[in-house]
Parts: sequence; structure tokens; C-alpha cells
Amino acid sequence: MDKETLITQLKEIVKPYAKNEEALLNINENTDFVNDLKINSANLVDVVLDVEEQFNIVIDNESMERMLNVKSAIEIIEAKLGAQ
Amino acid sequence: MTTQDILQKLPFAPPFLFVDGLDHIDSDKVQGHFTFREDMDCYKGHFKGYPVTPGVLLTEVMAQTGLVCLGIYLLGDEVLAENMTFGLTSTEIEFLRPVFPGEKVTVYAEKVYFRFGKLKCRVTLKNEAQQDVCSGTIAGMIISKPHE
Repeated sequence: MDKETLITQLKEIVKPYAKNEEALLNINENTDFVNDLKINSANLVDVVLDVEEQFNIVIDNESMERMLNVKSAIEIIEAKLGAQ
Repeated sequence: MTTQDILQKLPFAPPFLFVDGLDHIDSDKVQGHFTFREDMDCYKGHFKGYPVTPGVLLTEVMAQTGLVCLGIYLLGDEVLAENMTFGLTSTEIEFLRPVFPGEKVTVYAEKVYFRFGKLKCRVTLKNEAQQDVCSGTIAGMIISKPHE
């Protein structure tokens, strides 16, 4: 799966929780979930659970804590998918 | 953990304790009850001359049982650090029927998930006639106390 496809899928996942529509429209590898998209920390949990469901992977606590932006989300998803 | 242990661990006290007792608890669901006493302060002003239980208090009943009691049960022996507490993070509730002074309500809460310290539940509140009073989805999280 290439990066663009992953970002498009992530965009759909974060859409219900993102409070900043402009940042959502311009989502890219450097987008931060909290600072740019204004996703609140409780909803970050929902983002991670939706990522698990979408990609059929399991995210552990350590990965959860790192998954604060698009870049680390992609890294984590790719690593989990690669390990399967 | 017995239901008595859970009640003792609750971080609430009157006048803001809204759990009288638990009827059932397991790792997926909890059932608890509360009776709105006629002499409660809220009825003096909600509404003037026509006492009806405020929706926020119905929500609180569901949150204290569905999130905090179940949360304490799910944490088990895990002890929360001094600076940690429970925080309500979202509510999506429909209110269907009024609850009048003196009525007993029963909470039925079912876990949707408990992950990364966040507990999300589907909740329904019923009156003594077993009619739905309100229902929806609520979520809470273990958070650090912001003012400490």
C-alpha cells in the first residue's frame, strides 16, 4: 500500500473527530492529530480503534502513545502490516 | 470484587452520589439503581412550582454506574495514581420520559470497549414501570487531575 492511499484512508478515519476542516482538507504526512486537526485526546482512542478495524491490526499501548500524527500512524500501520 | 467494594471505592459523596446500589456487574455490563428523593435541592428550582428531574442528573446517574462503577470493576486491583481521576469525555443521549421526585430509576450499561484507559458504554435508564427514560452512549477516561 503506498503512502497516498494510506493517507486517504487515514483521512476518512479521522474525519468524524477532526475539528479543523481546513487542516483535514490539506492532510499530509506532517499533519498532527492534536495540534493541526484538533482531535481531542479521548477521540484519539477512537481513531486508533478505527485504524485497528480498517487495517485488521492490533495496536499496543506503546504504539498508541506514539500515534499522534500522520507520519507515525503510517509507520505503525506499515510495521504492523509488514509483521503479519 | 464485590459490588460493596465498588461502592466503597466510588469517588463521590452526597449530595453528588447518584448510585444507591448495584444489582449486577460483570466485565461486559452493569446494572444499578438510584432513587431521586423528593427533598433533593434540584427540585426547588427545576422547575419553579413543577419539580422534574434535570436531564443532567439522569446523565450523571448513568455515568456514575455505567462508567465509574464499571470502570472500577474493570481496573480490578490496579490502583489509580494519586493524581489520576475519572473524566467524562462524551455523552450522546436521548431523553424520552420525565422522572418525577421520588421515582426509582435503574441503569443498564453495556460496554462497547475499554481500551487505552477509555471506557465507552451503551446505556439505558428505565423507570419502575420498566419504561425507557433515556438512552444513548457515554464515554469516560482515566485522566490526570488538571489542577494538580
